[in-house]
Amino acid sequence: MKATTAIIEAENIKRIYKRGAEEIAAIDGLSLTVNRGDFTAFVGPSGSGKTTLLNLLGCLDNPSAGKLVVNGRTVHENGRGLSESQLTRIRRELFGYIFQKFYLIPTLTVLENVLVPFTFFRKEGAGQDVRQLLKKLGLEGRMNHLPAELSGGEMQRVAIARALVNRPEVLLADEPTGNLDSERSLEIGQVLKKLNEEEGLTVLLVTHNIELARTARVIIGLKDGKRSQAR
Amino acid sequence: MKVKNSQKISLFHIAWKNLARKKTRSLLTVVGIALATWVLISLFGFNSGYKNSLDRDIDNLGFQMLVVAKGCPYEAATLMLKGGTGLKYMNEDVVRLIVREPEVESVTPMLMQVVFDPNKGQSGGLTAFLGVDPASFPRLKPGLSFKQGGWFTDPAALEVVMGYEAAELEQREVGDLYLIPEKNIELKVVGVLGRSGTQDDGTIFLPLQTLQKIFGQEGQLTSVGIKVSKEANLAEFEEKMFKLPDVQVVSLTQVKTTIMTLVSTARILVFSIALIAILISIMGVINTVLMSVMERQKEIGILKAMGALAGDVFRLVWLETSLLCLMGGVLGAALALGTSRLTEYLIRKLLPFAPSGGLISIGATLILTAIGAVVLLGLLSGIYPAFRAARMRPLEAIRSEEE
Ligand SMILES: Nc1ncnc2c1ncn2[C@@H]1O[C@H](COP(=O)(O)OP(=O)(O)OP(=O)(O)O)[C@@H](O)[C@H]1O
Ligand SMILES: [Mg+2]
Repeated sequence: MKATTAIIEAENIKRIYKRGAEEIAAIDGLSLTVNRGDFTAFVGPSGSGKTTLLNLLGCLDNPSAGKLVVNGRTVHENGRGLSESQLTRIRRELFGYIFQKFYLIPTLTVLENVLVPFTFFRKEGAGQDVRQLLKKLGLEGRMNHLPAELSGGEMQRVAIARALVNRPEVLLADEPTGNLDSERSLEIGQVLKKLNEEEGLTVLLVTHNIELARTARVIIGLKDGKRSQAR
Repeated sequence: MKVKNSQKISLFHIAWKNLARKKTRSLLTVVGIALATWVLISLFGFNSGYKNSLDRDIDNLGFQMLVVAKGCPYEAATLMLKGGTGLKYMNEDVVRLIVREPEVESVTPMLMQVVFDPNKGQSGGLTAFLGVDPASFPRLKPGLSFKQGGWFTDPAALEVVMGYEAAELEQREVGDLYLIPEKNIELKVVGVLGRSGTQDDGTIFLPLQTLQKIFGQEGQLTSVGIKVSKEANLAEFEEKMFKLPDVQVVSLTQVKTTIMTLVSTARILVFSIALIAILISIMGVINTVLMSVMERQKEIGILKAMGALAGDVFRLVWLETSLLCLMGGVLGAALALGTSRLTEYLIRKLLPFAPSGGLISIGATLILTAIGAVVLLGLLSGIYPAFRAARMRPLEAIRSEEE
């Protein structure tokens, strides 16, 4: 388990949506390797397939074709994939997710929201450092506040903490700053960068915001479900 | 500064906080269930309370059967339980015929007379006199207790025993004299009964022969109380009694059945209402929970992405439903207890005949059963919304109704 080994390997994957008789290839034959410790940003115009790709890499969705290997395990090959419960197991061991919206439970405090995942699943050894995690995310003074008392940036940081309590190896972030102003967006970018550098967390980020994308170490451009040139 | 490894929030806590998100909606649902539970408990409480009181009234009569002169049996029932009017007479000889039967343990002849007393109340009122046999009547009415004095012993004595209310109304005590209206005969009060809650309270008891003489009804009776031995075949005995001329037999179980039939007709109606109330409140529960599940689709998707399995989500939603029902059940039970007096008052006004004792009896068993039933119904109604939530796939839930 060295820091440089591949954690996600996608080979010529496709994701085809059927809309009536029409078939749309949202991801159209894309190959990609994500190594442990990567910080990669995906950019591209609306509809270019960024969300679709992130969902495939994060095992939230199944490819229509191609091969996908996650953590050494073949998740999909030539139209055959793992069952939903097998995917759930991979997801909870490996991935944390954040989205444009935060989906915090408004009647639970910050600390309680962050602890929710443990009600359903606790990875071995997880949960020892929840306070440290909150501190790292700049939330130490906010633990007993309700979400409504927080700023948007703080709410997203709570969502990040919640995604990280079970110590995932990969954090998938789809437009995490879509609801935030540019200053707050960059703040979140710095948080992700710090987690990547200090904890070795693998981060996959989808964003429209070029400035935010620049906090990543690698930027991959998408267009019509394929890679455009890397910048 | 380390958080303990055991630090975790329970499913219960999450469920509870989820309900707190839409307080008004949750509260309305709880109130709906509470009202249904309230109706349910009050009705069942009434059912058992009413039956108990009626049983007690009938047991206090002391004898299981009454032979009266021919007339309508309904009137006979009313006569017995309410103290009667429209009296018909039969000859004393009938007693000898009855005693012949082997099933009879003891009999007591009675003569009832009702007199209009112009001095009673503001516009006059009825006073009931019951001539009883001092040798047999006290034994057949062990339920009667004395506030003062005791029974007369001489069958022709000029003495009376007054029911509790009769004594109060006339303001008589033991040793006082009592004058029968318009008869100009003075009788001595030898006993005052304690309150029994039956028509005996308003009755004035005289030795049978004395009453017969005063009213010119020598040799006449209005009724004969019969205590049948426990081993006797009641149906067979009733058959035999029916063969006696010009009399009819009223068995108290029959009276009870008549009244219970009357009441049960009303009860079926009210039970249907309770059933409808419960169905409506369950639809309310399903609606509330389903709505909250739909609103939280994305959140449920996130829970699943965080590692919650279908069963976890099912349990969470199910728990929310049960909590709503449990709260509604407890509130409804409290309401039923708190308003039982009011309910009793209302029912008493509605019923054709109400026994004297408590009409509503709400016991611990009834309350626990009702709450249990409501929670069970809640669990049943929670299945569908919980299933809907559990079935959602994380991506679909997260992507749903994208704005
Ligand atoms: N569930 C779906 N059913 C049908 N078509 C879909 C579905 N999801 C996405 N698509 C289509 O696939 C293409 C890629 O969509 P995707 O959401 O991945 O784009 P995106 O790059 O994330 O866009 P944006 O920047 O607007 O979020 C689009 O043409 C979209 O309409
Ligand atoms: Mg997108």
